[in-house]
Amino acid sequence: MRTLLATIFLAAFTQFAVASESGLKLMNAKVDLHDKASLQRGAKMFVNYCVSCHSAQYMRYNRVAADLGIPEDVMKANLMFTTDKIGEPMIVAMRPEDGESWFGVTPPDLSVVARSRGADWLYSYLNGFYVDATRASGVNNLYFPGAAMPHVLWELQGLKRAVFATETTHDGATHQVFERFETARPGALNEFEYQRATRDLVNFMVYVGEPAKLVRYALGIKVIGFLCIFFIAAYLLKREYWKDVH
Amino acid sequence: MSNKLTALRDWVDDRFPLMTLWNDHLAKYYAPKNFNFWYYFGALSLVVFVIQILTGIWLVMNYKPDATLAFGSVEYIMRDVDWGWLIRYMHSTGASMFFVVIYLHMMRALLYGSYKQPRELVWILGMCLYLALMAEAFMGYLLPWGQMSFWGAQVIISLFGAIPVIGGTLAEWIRGDYVVSDITLNRFFSLHVIALPFAIAGLVFLHIIALHEVGSNNPDGVDIKKKKDADGKPLDGIPFHPYYTVKDLVGLTVFLMIFSAVVFFGPEMGGYFLEANNFIPANPMSTPQHIAPVWYFTPYYSILRANTINFLWIDAKVWGVVFMGLGVLSFFFLPWLDRSPVKSIRYRGVLYKGALSIFVVCFLILGYLGLLPPTEGRTLVAQICTVTYFLFFLLMPIYTKLDKTKPVPERVTM
Repeated sequence: MRTLLATIFLAAFTQFAVASESGLKLMNAKVDLHDKASLQRGAKMFVNYCVSCHSAQYMRYNRVAADLGIPEDVMKANLMFTTDKIGEPMIVAMRPEDGESWFGVTPPDLSVVARSRGADWLYSYLNGFYVDATRASGVNNLYFPGAAMPHVLWELQGLKRAVFATETTHDGATHQVFERFETARPGALNEFEYQRATRDLVNFMVYVGEPAKLVRYALGIKVIGFLCIFFIAAYLLKREYWKDVH
Repeated sequence: MSNKLTALRDWVDDRFPLMTLWNDHLAKYYAPKNFNFWYYFGALSLVVFVIQILTGIWLVMNYKPDATLAFGSVEYIMRDVDWGWLIRYMHSTGASMFFVVIYLHMMRALLYGSYKQPRELVWILGMCLYLALMAEAFMGYLLPWGQMSFWGAQVIISLFGAIPVIGGTLAEWIRGDYVVSDITLNRFFSLHVIALPFAIAGLVFLHIIALHEVGSNNPDGVDIKKKKDADGKPLDGIPFHPYYTVKDLVGLTVFLMIFSAVVFFGPEMGGYFLEANNFIPANPMSTPQHIAPVWYFTPYYSILRANTINFLWIDAKVWGVVFMGLGVLSFFFLPWLDRSPVKSIRYRGVLYKGALSIFVVCFLILGYLGLLPPTEGRTLVAQICTVTYFLFFLLMPIYTKLDKTKPVPERVTM
């Protein structure tokens, strides 16, 4: 019986230990939802750089204002460009057909993109643009080759060149391996500042993906705390009843 | 006050068998006193069923079964409905936890021979419940209308198309369309919230009535009804209420701690309970690179994919569907495949212990492989595990008969 259980657990454990993804390693976004200032800066970036093409149609402005501690009049005056009603969702002004004719695809809604792609992917993507003259947008992306999106944040980051090394595999085929980035044109922010800015933006996207995340951890601790106390009561009750069972 | 309550009880009892039901199923239902860890999962599955029904009722109040609105209505529940996120996460976590407790509940039966005479019908009704639960989960998974919802349903329904002659028509009949569409979503919604929960509730009732007719098994596999005291009560039996109600309350509390930990701290469970791709709205024009069913179906999905050889002029895909079906149905025959004179693994020999261990390991490996895209090596491992899986059932009459059993005690051991 014991051995059987041990075998099962061991099998399960070793199986999951080998489960890792291959491919280009993603950068670590290190988002922190407790950092309200970061979320506010991220919201500002989102409405300034993203909402002109991408919607977050399931997220309402007044919810953002309430959750991030932004006064509604400040929200209305500085952060709302596509609507003037605070209860409206973050819709996009551009028509979907225009998006398709300009970029080849309709820019996707970003409400839950942090949940489908993950924070690390978004962060890597925003830091993965490099100059590529073969692309219509003039840039390509290391983590999403052939991305249709232009480098919207280029004024902040500047432009980077990617240096690839040619590697020969044992079967004789050659392929390009990414080595490092070089600055082609400096931007308004230095590398550290740009990474912080994109981290703020990703932080905000994670919040937008699931606003309940701000409250569910705290509530979870209370619920499990209650269950721990209830467990003691339930266990003592059981012990009392079972005293006469031998 | 208590006099009035007693009077009310008596008033009802004169018109309805209230006290008889209470006594037969709780206060005077004698359960063996030696239940262990494995005996929590029956009661727990009932609790999860209630959680699913209650959260389901509230989800339906806000969900829209319409291909253009479904995805958005789930996000509406997650954001704009008060406590909607909690209700939704309880339901999605409940779906996976239902299978966790059911698989452990079935494991208990395999360990202690709970399916053996006289509990064959309890086992068969339980297996019907397992099938109904699989259908319920499969149809429920379509409702959020994400990419995995859509393509998972598309792949599984197209399997019916592999059946010779009637396959194509059958798949079309299930979908109500040539592809998974709004029509499919509507009928799956109907079946998920009405037909199947109704069937499951009915089967649970029958499962429990059948169990209470023959009495519960126990980790020793001893029939406690053979030794009774002067009043006709089993010597090793204790009334279910209050003994097991208070004991199950302890188990339930621990279970709810685990359940809450998932709901509050990791409802996606690393993509095993809620898949990342399902946060992309269903798009019939774009097939995801890798379509994996949710973890509880992956052992059977692996068996399906392990069939890669066209055999007897029949397509490999058809064999895949056949073996996948047989993989589930094999469990139904356990009561007649098992020829061991003892029930519990405690008194069985090395053959059954070995066979069961290998079977469980194979089931887990198949489940794991079903989550991954196939490679040549993985397919080979899946094929070996599939063969072993079926040998567990096919050879059971032989190894259970040859197995060297130990003498079973007269009374249960604590």
